Amino acid sequence: MKLTKTGEGVLRKFDMDEIMNCMHCGFCLPACPTFRQTGLESYGPRGRIALMKGVANEKLSIDHEFEKNMFACLGCRACETACPAGVAYGSLIETARVVIEENKKSQAKPPLARKIAFEHLFPHPKRMEWMGTVLWAAQAAGLQNLASKTGLIKVLPRPLAEMQEAVETVASPKERKKRQLKMNAEKEKLFTVGLFTGCVMDVMFYETNQATARLLTKAGCDVVFVENQSCCGALHAHSGEMNGAKGLAKRNIEAFEKANVDFVVNNAGGCGAALKEYHHWFHDEPEWKERAMAFVEKMRDANELLAELPPLSFTKPMNVRITYQDSCHLAHGQGIRNQPRELIRSIPGAQYVELHQADSCCGSAGIYNMTNYDMSMQILDDKMEDVKKTKAHLIVTSNPGCLLQMKQGIIRTGMQDKIEAIHIMDLLARAL
Amino acid sequence: MQTTGMKKDSKISPVMKKQLQSIVGEKWYLDSPNDLYTYSYDATPIFQSMPDAVVMPGTTKEVSEVLKIANEHQIPIIPRGSGTNLAASTIPVHGGIVLNMTRFNQIIEIDQKNLTATIGPGVVTADLHNAVEAAGLFYPPDPGSMRISTVGGNMAQCAGGMRGLKYGVTKDYIMGLEYVLPSGAVLRSGGKNVKDVAGYDMTRLLVGSEGTLAVITEITLKLLPLPETKRTLVAYFTKLVDAAKTVEKVISSKIIPATMEFMDQGTMKVVDDFAKLGLPLEMKAMLLVEQDGPEELVTRDIERIAEIAKQEGASIVQVSKTMEDGARLLAARRAALSALSRLRPTTILEDATVPRSRLAEIVEEVERIAEKYQVQICTFGHAGDGNLHPTCMTDERDKEEIHRVELAFEEIFHTAIRLGGTITGEHGVGLAKMNYLHLKVGEGGIELMRQIKEAFDPNNIMNPGKIFANSERRRLVVKK
Ligand SMILES: Cc1cc2nc3c(=O)[nH]c(=O)nc-3n(C[C@H](O)[C@H](O)[C@H](O)COP(=O)(O)OP(=O)(O)OC[C@H]3O[C@@H](n4cnc5c(N)ncnc54)[C@H](O)[C@@H]3O)c2cc1C
Ligand code: SF4
Ligand code: SF4
Repeated sequence: MKLTKTGEGVLRKFDMDEIMNCMHCGFCLPACPTFRQTGLESYGPRGRIALMKGVANEKLSIDHEFEKNMFACLGCRACETACPAGVAYGSLIETARVVIEENKKSQAKPPLARKIAFEHLFPHPKRMEWMGTVLWAAQAAGLQNLASKTGLIKVLPRPLAEMQEAVETVASPKERKKRQLKMNAEKEKLFTVGLFTGCVMDVMFYETNQATARLLTKAGCDVVFVENQSCCGALHAHSGEMNGAKGLAKRNIEAFEKANVDFVVNNAGGCGAALKEYHHWFHDEPEWKERAMAFVEKMRDANELLAELPPLSFTKPMNVRITYQDSCHLAHGQGIRNQPRELIRSIPGAQYVELHQADSCCGSAGIYNMTNYDMSMQILDDKMEDVKKTKAHLIVTSNPGCLLQMKQGIIRTGMQDKIEAIHIMDLLARAL
Repeated sequence: MQTTGMKKDSKISPVMKKQLQSIVGEKWYLDSPNDLYTYSYDATPIFQSMPDAVVMPGTTKEVSEVLKIANEHQIPIIPRGSGTNLAASTIPVHGGIVLNMTRFNQIIEIDQKNLTATIGPGVVTADLHNAVEAAGLFYPPDPGSMRISTVGGNMAQCAGGMRGLKYGVTKDYIMGLEYVLPSGAVLRSGGKNVKDVAGYDMTRLLVGSEGTLAVITEITLKLLPLPETKRTLVAYFTKLVDAAKTVEKVISSKIIPATMEFMDQGTMKVVDDFAKLGLPLEMKAMLLVEQDGPEELVTRDIERIAEIAKQEGASIVQVSKTMEDGARLLAARRAALSALSRLRPTTILEDATVPRSRLAEIVEEVERIAEKYQVQICTFGHAGDGNLHPTCMTDERDKEEIHRVELAFEEIFHTAIRLGGTITGEHGVGLAKMNYLHLKVGEGGIELMRQIKEAFDPNNIMNPGKIFANSERRRLVVKK
C-alpha cells in the first residue's frame, strides 16, 4: 500500500527520540496484560513501539493490521512503570492512534456508533443527562428485564448487553434536580474545591459524586458543582480524536477558571490522568498551554486530597474483609497507590487484604471492553481468580470503568452473594 | 521506497506454509507484515532483519516435523526465547523461520531426591527461581534479564549473572538435554547422573551453541539447597583502582562472596536517577557485595569485607540492615543497562572480560579509549569474575559517531585479549562479535568449530550467519 499525502504529514507526528529511547530490553513484557495473555511480540509494549518505528520509518503501512495492534493495547501504562529507560509509552500510543485516525479520515467513514458517541454524546452534558433519564426510565419500568427476556437485548452489541447487567439503577431526574450547587464545609473551612463531575460518572454514578462531595465537606471543604464543565476528553484522546479532546479540555479550563476554586477534585482515575495531562495536549498552543498548566496544578484525585486533609472521623465500623483493585490511570498514570489503601485501612473494623497483582489492568480500560471484548474478558477472568483468593467481601475501585468491570466479573463468576464491588468514595461515605 | 515489511521473495512456498500450519496449527504460524516485523529484532541495538515466518511449536514432535521440512527445503531456522540476547543471536540475517520456543514453558518436575529440575526451554528464568525456591531449593544463574529471559535462551547463550563468582554460570547447572537435529532426529544427552562420562559431553557442547547446532526441547538442571540467609554491603571509592584492589584482596583472603558488582560514576548517576537511591554521586566507583549462606558465616564474611574495603581506601562502607534493603540495591544494579539507555537514543553494551587481577587496568583503558575516540562509555559489571560491561551511549542515526564507537570497541577487545581476557564473558558471539572470534580462538579453533557445526547441521539451516564471520563486516544489517 502506498502512503497517501496525508499519511506522510501524519508520520512526522511521531516523537522519534522517544521511540528510539526504547532499547528493546523487554523489561516491560511481564508487566503487560495483553502480552501475558498471548505471548506474542505484537501484543506487548516492545513490539508495539517497534511497529510504530516501522510505520514512522515507512517500512510498514498504516493499515488495518497496524490499527488492530495499536487498539489491542489497553493503554493501562503498566509498561511505563516497569520501563527503566523511562520511555513515555502513554504518549507514544496516543500519537499512534491519532496517526491512524487521521490517516483513516481521508479514506472511510468512522463507524456510526463511534461517531455518535464521540461527537454527539460525550461532549454534551445535557444529552448525557437525557441518556441518564432514558436509562432510569427503562430501569424503573423494568424494561431492561423485559428486554432481556424477549431477546430484545440481542439487538444491542454483545458487550453492551453484558455491561448493562452490571449497571446499577441510576438516579432519577427528580433526584438529580435536587442537587445543591454549593455544599458548605461541615467544620471550619479550609479550602473551596470544585468537583469535576465527569460525563459518564455523573449519569451512571451520580451517587458517587454526591458521596465525594459529602466526604469533602466533612473534611473541611466548601464544594461547588461548577457549571458548564464537560467530559474530560480522555476517551477521545485515547482513541485518536485529539481535536475533539482539545475542544473539551478548553471548555473545562474556562469553566474552572471562572469558578475560582483552590482545588479541582475528580474521583475517576481515568479522567484524572487526562485532566492532569492537559498541558501536554497544548504543546502547539502556548496561551492555552499556560492556562492548562494552572488548571493541572489545581487538579487532585479525591483520594489524594482526602489523604492530605485532616483525617475523616468515621462513626460506622465495618467488620468486613476489603481488597482494592488499582485504577491503572491512578496508579501508573498518577502514581497514587498508597492513599486509597490508607483510607480503606482507616475505616474502623475494616480488614484490608492486598490483591495479588492489584495494579495489573482489569481489562476495562476506557471502552476497551467494548472494542476488544474477548481479550478484555480473558484478562478479567484471570483477575477474578486472584480476587477469589482474597476471600474479600468488598472489592474497592477508584474509577467507574473498573467498577463496572469488577461488577461484571462478579456476575461472570457467579459470586454475587459473596462479594460486592464498590467505588472507594461510596465505601468511605458508608462509614461516615 | 519500500513501504511494507512484506518480502516479495519469501522462501516459504504456499505448499510449505500449509504443511507448517498443519503441524503447529494455524494460530501458531505468523506471517503478516506486523508479526514478521516484531521478530526482526532482539535486545541488541542496530541489528534488524526480517524473517519469512514465525512458527511457535508446542511439542517436541512438532519441532521435529518443522525441522524436517526446513531441512529439506534449506530454510533457515532461528530458535528464539524472549529475544533479550545482546549479541544479535536471534536476528534472521538470512530470513527463514523464527522458531519461537516460549510455549515450552512447563516445569515438568522438581526432583527433591536428586536435587534436579526438568523443564521446557521456554520457562522464564525468574519463574524457575520462584518455583524451586518455594521448594527450599536454589537455581543460582541470575542474568540481569531474568524476569524476561528464558532458560533455553540462557542455556544457548550460556548466560552468567551476578552470582557467577561463587556459583558459576548456566553451563555449571545444565545436566541433561533433549534436542532435535535438523534431520528431525530427537536425541538426549546427560541426565540426572552427577557422574556421566559416556562419550563426548554433548551437553556441554550444546550449552553456548547459540541455536546453531540443534533446537533444545527439554532441560534437566542441577539445583542446590537454598542458602539460609544473605546480606549486602556497599562500598564507595574515590579512586577506581582502590575498588579493583578491594576485589583482589577479598578473594586472596579466601572469601568468595556470592556477588561482587562494580559500577563506575557514570553508571551510578544514571541508576540513581532511575531508582532514587540517594547514592553519593561524587564518588568514582562503587562495589556491591552480597554474601549468602549460614547466618554466622555471612556476618563474619561481610564484616571482614568491610574491613578490607576500608583498608583499601573506601570512603564509605554501608552494610544493609535487612534482606529487603539489599534486594533493593541489587534490583537497581539489575536495571543499570536499561537506565543507561536514558542518556542517549542508542545504547551499545559490550561484554569484555579479563582475569580479576587486571580489573583496574581494563577500566582505566576503557576510559582512555573513550576519550581517544570521543565517545561516551560507562562501565559496570561483575567485578568478582572480571566480566565488565563497557556500555556506550550513542545514536544509531549518526553514522559517523557509530563508526567511532566501532573503532573504540575494537580497541577494547584487543586490549582485553592483551590482558589475558576474552571478547565475551556471557553474552555470546552471535552477529555482533563474530569479527573478533579469531582473536580468542584462532583460525584453527574456528575451523574445528565449523566442522562440528557441519556434523550437526550439514545443510547449514540452524541459525546461519552467526558466530562464524564471513568476509564483510556486519555492524549495520538493517535489511529491507
Ligand atoms: C537488560 C538486560 C540485561 C541482561 N543481563 C544479562 C546478564 O546479566 N548476563 C547474561 O549472561 N546475559 C544478560 N543479558 C543477555 C540475555 O538476557 C541473555 O543472553 C539471555 O540468556 C537470553 O535469553 P532469551 O530467552 O531472551 O533468548 P533469546 O535472546 O531469544 O535467544 C538467545 C539465543 O538462544 C537461542 N535459543 C533460544 N531458545 C533456544 C532453544 N530452545 N534451542 C536452541 N537455541 C535456543 C537463540 O537462537 C539465540 O541464539 C541481558 C539482556 C538484557 C536486555
Ligand atoms: S522496558 Fe522500556 S526500553 Fe525496555 S523494551 Fe520496554 S519500553 Fe523499551
Ligand atoms: S499500556 Fe498496558 S496493555 Fe498497553 S502495552 Fe503498556 S502494559 Fe501493555
